[in-house]
Amino acid sequence: MGESPLPLSLIAEQLLNGLQLGLMLFLLAAGLTLVFGIMDMINLAHGSLYMIGAYIAAAVIEASGSFLLGIAGAIAGTALVGAALEMTLLRRLYRRSHLSQVLATFAVILIANEIVRMIWGSQPILLNMPPALSGPAELSGFRYPAYRLVVIGVGLAMALFLWLLVTRTRAGMWVRAGASDREMAEVMGVDTRTLFTLVFAIGAALCAVAGALLGPLLAVQVGMGENILILAFVVISIGGIGSIRGALVGSLLVGLLDTAGRAFLPFLFRKMFPSVIAAEAGPAVASVLIYVLMAAVLYFRPSGLFPARG
Amino acid sequence: MRDTLHSPLRLGPLRPWPTLGVVAALALLPLAALAIGQPFYVVFATRVLIYALIATSLNLLIGYGGMVSFGHAAFVGAGAYTVALLMPAGIVSAWLLWPASLLAGALLAFLIGALSLRTRGVGFIMITLAFAQMAYYLVLSLRVLGSDDGLTLGVRPSLGFLDLNSDFAFYYVALTILLATLAAMRALLNAPLGRALQGIRDNETRMEAIGFATYRLKLLVFVIAGAAAGLGGGLLASLNGLVGPNLLHWTESGLLMVMVILGGAGRLLGGALGAAVLLIAEAAIAEHTIHWPLGVGVVLLVVVLFAPDGLIGGLSGLARRWRANI
Repeated sequence: MGESPLPLSLIAEQLLNGLQLGLMLFLLAAGLTLVFGIMDMINLAHGSLYMIGAYIAAAVIEASGSFLLGIAGAIAGTALVGAALEMTLLRRLYRRSHLSQVLATFAVILIANEIVRMIWGSQPILLNMPPALSGPAELSGFRYPAYRLVVIGVGLAMALFLWLLVTRTRAGMWVRAGASDREMAEVMGVDTRTLFTLVFAIGAALCAVAGALLGPLLAVQVGMGENILILAFVVISIGGIGSIRGALVGSLLVGLLDTAGRAFLPFLFRKMFPSVIAAEAGPAVASVLIYVLMAAVLYFRPSGLFPARG
Repeated sequence: MRDTLHSPLRLGPLRPWPTLGVVAALALLPLAALAIGQPFYVVFATRVLIYALIATSLNLLIGYGGMVSFGHAAFVGAGAYTVALLMPAGIVSAWLLWPASLLAGALLAFLIGALSLRTRGVGFIMITLAFAQMAYYLVLSLRVLGSDDGLTLGVRPSLGFLDLNSDFAFYYVALTILLATLAAMRALLNAPLGRALQGIRDNETRMEAIGFATYRLKLLVFVIAGAAAGLGGGLLASLNGLVGPNLLHWTESGLLMVMVILGGAGRLLGGALGAAVLLIAEAAIAEHTIHWPLGVGVVLLVVVLFAPDGLIGGLSGLARRWRANI
């Protein structure tokens, strides 16, 4: 194994995996970066919306047997939960310090995890992918899971939709105005109260899409939101808080770097170092790569690659 | 940061009676646990004391230095793993192990702080998180450090004249260390360094203009806090007899932050009180329901909505109102 060169199909497969992870991260990071950028709000509970989306999708799919219906239900349900959360609690925290926001949204994580545990139990739920998509698809020269291709397609479509929404619609203009200077936007007559609820609901809906699509690939379980939340924070720190474009670039960077690192670094290390060192160092270095990138970006460009302000 | 942190620039003289009362109560606690026939409470109380020490060190950063570090668990982990690595190598004296934990925490804090303190505000929160995540994944993937399973110590370190295998002895050692740390922090805050630190928290640009080397001052304090957290990690490893990567997980950093904010950032006893209230609330609610995190979450929400400055601020506000009414 150590001597054989990397087959091209393996590289293509890993690149597609990276693209898929990146696009799903983008769905999470887009909402997070807008909430952070416009409302100056650290929302640790964003990952909980992703978890809630995945659980609603699982429940609807089990009840109806339809994957599409599951996604639609997850979007509607999670958007409602998100809007309700914003109107009852988060709205009171915008003017408070980041410290209060951390404390409150940490509490929301605890509460959301426990409510989900009460309803669905602690056992992970395995979500089946739609039968029509469970096989491989024939790409030029190699086979790739059809379901993952669809996930990539949906991710691209969502990114395009979001880009059109933000750059081509009036609401999108308000969002951009709010992100670059909230007070000025308010003075110019933007109803930020409604806008914030709307942004939050859209962010929640995007979380739900990611949660539902990733359901069949990762296990649906309590606490699934916490680790992906940190990845979303990595993405928006790299991209620049408040910037949708930054979130897209950051997501793709993180998705590709993480996937490629895990797939190829151990292979490279086996070529370069004695096997004892390589076996230890390969996985270790691969798993910290994205954090090294994040620290480097923050060190040289503290407001990220595409700062929304200034 | 829009809320101002309320702390006087100089802490007034200690009020002797309340201080003595609290210290006496803490000193008598193990005897009370014996009297009611629940000696295992002593180990729990020791854990609370150690977390109080760690949260206090984070409070120095967040509350007094305005450095909102989201990676404090890394220093705790450095101290804990130092003990877990040195003990199998034949070093069993706590006199060597705990200073080594302290140094490990300080060294890691120096490395992370030197890079992180180039950023401010949200950038600082995120970059400390990034470094802590690196530490977490390194520990998780290195087989020398036990990967997923962590490491077990077998026995507790020896302190010479005191047998730390006795839970009571360990409790009093932890209590002594916590009280000494609080006294040292009090002295530090009243010293020129502490007052400069609070000046930097309130307006770094101005302090820089007056001529303070703000970066170096902040780094010094960051290292001090990392050292105290490392010591706390060493104590925790010695108490539990095992260490695991979960000590460095980001939720652990989050929990430490929650303790500080809950008790009161920028209050001398904020970290200690927050740690005690959170851990005791957890344990108390867990006695009644397996869904205890729900209860803890609700408690935290109530505090954040009704006592924006944390428990100490909320309680002293209540006390003031009560006195005004009579």
